[in-house]
Amino acid sequence: MSGKESKGGIKQLSPIDVYMLLPKTNCKECGEDNCMAFATKVVNREDSIDQCPPLLTKANQKNYSKLKEMLKPAVKEVAVGVGDSVVNVGGKLVMYRHEFTYTNPTAIAIDITDELSDDEVLARVKKTQEFTYLYIGNDLKLQMVAIRSTSNDAEKFKAAVKKVAENTNLPIILCSFDATIIEAGLMAIPKARPLLYAATKDNWKEMAELAMMYNCPLAVSVPNDISLLRSLVKTLSAYGIEDLVLDPGTFTGVGLGDTINNFTMIRRAACSMGDELLGYPLIGTPIVAWTEPANSPTVNAWKEAYVASMLVTRYADILIMHGTEGWALLPLTVLRQNIYTDPRKPVAVEAGLRTLGTPDENSPVLMTSNFALTYYTVEQDIESAGKSAYLLVVDSEGTAIDSGVAGRKLTAETVADAIKESKLEEKVKHRKLIIPGKAARISGEIEELSNWEVLVGPRDSSGIPKFLQDKWK
Amino acid sequence: MPKRAEKDSDLKLPPELLDLLTGTNELELEDVDIAVDELEFLYQPGVMPALQRMVAATKGKPTSLLDAPFTLPIQKYPGQIVEVTLGATKSQGGSRGKSIVIGGEKSPAFYTFESPTLNPPVISLDVFDSKVPIPKAVKTNFNDAMEDPVSWAKFAVNKFGAQMITLHLVSIDPLNPKPSTPAEAAKTVEDVLQAVDVPLVVGGCGDPQKDLAVFEKVTAAAEGERLLISTVTLDMDIEKSAKLIKKYGHVALAFSPMDLNQARELNRRLLDFLPKEQIIMDTTTAALGYGLDYAYTIMERARLAGLMGDPELQQPMSSGTTNAWAAREAWQTMDPRWGDKGLRGPLWETVTGLTLLLAGVDLFMMLHPAAVQTLRNTIKRLTEKSGSVDTEKIANWVSANF
Repeated sequence: MSGKESKGGIKQLSPIDVYMLLPKTNCKECGEDNCMAFATKVVNREDSIDQCPPLLTKANQKNYSKLKEMLKPAVKEVAVGVGDSVVNVGGKLVMYRHEFTYTNPTAIAIDITDELSDDEVLARVKKTQEFTYLYIGNDLKLQMVAIRSTSNDAEKFKAAVKKVAENTNLPIILCSFDATIIEAGLMAIPKARPLLYAATKDNWKEMAELAMMYNCPLAVSVPNDISLLRSLVKTLSAYGIEDLVLDPGTFTGVGLGDTINNFTMIRRAACSMGDELLGYPLIGTPIVAWTEPANSPTVNAWKEAYVASMLVTRYADILIMHGTEGWALLPLTVLRQNIYTDPRKPVAVEAGLRTLGTPDENSPVLMTSNFALTYYTVEQDIESAGKSAYLLVVDSEGTAIDSGVAGRKLTAETVADAIKESKLEEKVKHRKLIIPGKAARISGEIEELSNWEVLVGPRDSSGIPKFLQDKWK
Repeated sequence: MPKRAEKDSDLKLPPELLDLLTGTNELELEDVDIAVDELEFLYQPGVMPALQRMVAATKGKPTSLLDAPFTLPIQKYPGQIVEVTLGATKSQGGSRGKSIVIGGEKSPAFYTFESPTLNPPVISLDVFDSKVPIPKAVKTNFNDAMEDPVSWAKFAVNKFGAQMITLHLVSIDPLNPKPSTPAEAAKTVEDVLQAVDVPLVVGGCGDPQKDLAVFEKVTAAAEGERLLISTVTLDMDIEKSAKLIKKYGHVALAFSPMDLNQARELNRRLLDFLPKEQIIMDTTTAALGYGLDYAYTIMERARLAGLMGDPELQQPMSSGTTNAWAAREAWQTMDPRWGDKGLRGPLWETVTGLTLLLAGVDLFMMLHPAAVQTLRNTIKRLTEKSGSVDTEKIANWVSANF
């Protein structure tokens, strides 16, 4: 994947455009060598113009505003919550993933109702807060709690909001179409800047007043009618509300096609057509799947999970979910991680010998391919074994072990050559190579060509710690 | 007011899947209507004197909705994806019950506000000709049918309504202790063609020499059936492969390892010998969590480039979605908080497939019946005419108990 192509996406902005508006003093106060270097970083979103002190002076006010406008993301960035636990949503620069790294991974909120017992509330809050999965060096997490008024009783809602806020710092979404209910919730957490869900064609005035009074972002809900949605956005903007989140409706059964179309059209209008009224973060509600009759709750959870996954791909910035099962949330959070990685990250890592820990002449030597994901996974698994080791990364042209062996990219010859080039024979006394179980078929050939003894390791690298414990004395 | 609860027509997971987690009792609930009083929308406009006073007092703010009509953000694309027919009926020179057309898109995947989906994507079920490691969650659904490719293929068609079958000739691999011969492999293909009448994909083992030797026999033995020959790669004798495929009336699956330039080059070289209507491309599917991001972006870029007019990337796309099972999270028993792998696994395959569906894949090769069924339902939802959605009803989630 070439890095070059990806730069074009952000409205063809060049460092020169930015440079022309900078003070051109080369003062280095921003930390860069000169203004041109700073301009390049700014275009790549690695530096912010606020890091340039001279630009912030009154004399440069005009240029600052111009730059701000020039660099404005197509989708506004909206903050939910306050302080350390604030979650930013939106802020997208591009529509397609290959154009530029997506900012602000989709925030996932788990729901709580005001009719749950205290124990149930605490259990769901705890589950949401403590959800974590270590995936190649990143902790996958959930971001928000959505509190729904099912009682339609203001006092009950207020009590539930209070209970949740006492037990978590996660940002909150207050859910009701009744402004008096929302107001009761806000009274419990007047300074917490929750997302208010939602303004509709019927309640928008009351919701707008609350959003202004409590300085909160406001969701606008108009199922399947983008003209009316734009109309509400225009009206609320005129009213003075800046931080909006758009809900074009999530249909999980009939209408799923309309939902995918609506999310896609809104994002395209914002990113390619400069439609500022639609340039706000999008909220999806896969939780709707639970309102459909089904044979078993498993079916609701299944549907909620796969619809959520489609909305992660198709531009949702926030998702409200009901299911908390690990089998449903794990694939979803892993997908989000995948979609929000830097698309310029190469598929292959450099081949060659890696030292993990402080290996000596008796340390084990393991082998893997140079497909980035395989490499990182194996590296993490060896490290979790707590043993120093050599890891021989063989050039498989960026393919995984099984496809590398099948497609003859990873052969006994490439392995034997890699051993030679790595000068392993000068580093270790033994001549034992541990190969992945999925490369077992070429073990004999490797032994013949390299004169090393081959130990066939586990088929999945998660078995490495146990393998080393049992087989490496 | 209670409404009649409709049975969920959208998704019925195979009973075996549910059994794994919820026990057999769940199935008896199938015909029981759920009382939906609880699902009714409980919203009642409250009285809000404080707010009303406030609203009345403010000035300079709009008092009614401002007009802001929306124009569909339609773009034009100079290119169109090629239509490719798989399988041939009697009148087309083969023996299939029907043939299937894929491709033909004029817009990115499911941008139905621009142009309707001409040919819905198709799912082909995997069948292997010899023992390979298959996750337990999958095996449970096939019982003894996996013993031989003929009964496996029949089961996939009869029980799970497979539109296509992918027959993987893994037994031919020269790295096996006793690899089967090209003639034996061709016999297996003929047997499966006899047993089922859906279009067939025939897959090799990945060894470029052996695969070509096998394809030579297979293409001749199945002359006119319009098989999809999987795969032709850059390290094969491309001229010879393409000429065989053309001579005997089949379709080439051009496989490249997650690299758009290689995909272009391979298509270009195949186009020297084959009409474009006989090429499908596969730019590699990596599992969710293990490179799906690359697979997704390569496919999305390929599709956009094809629509923008790149003649070397206008072939329909195929995905080996079964690769999803390479992710350890799909098949491993994990800490109990990650739930039953009998659900986690098929959902892993489902999410891998749906992500690539949205990138533009036209043909899926898949394994787990629940994943297949979910994709099939979703494709139906994404291609059906928009219309009668109940906008009132979906707002119910805010106040409903479930």
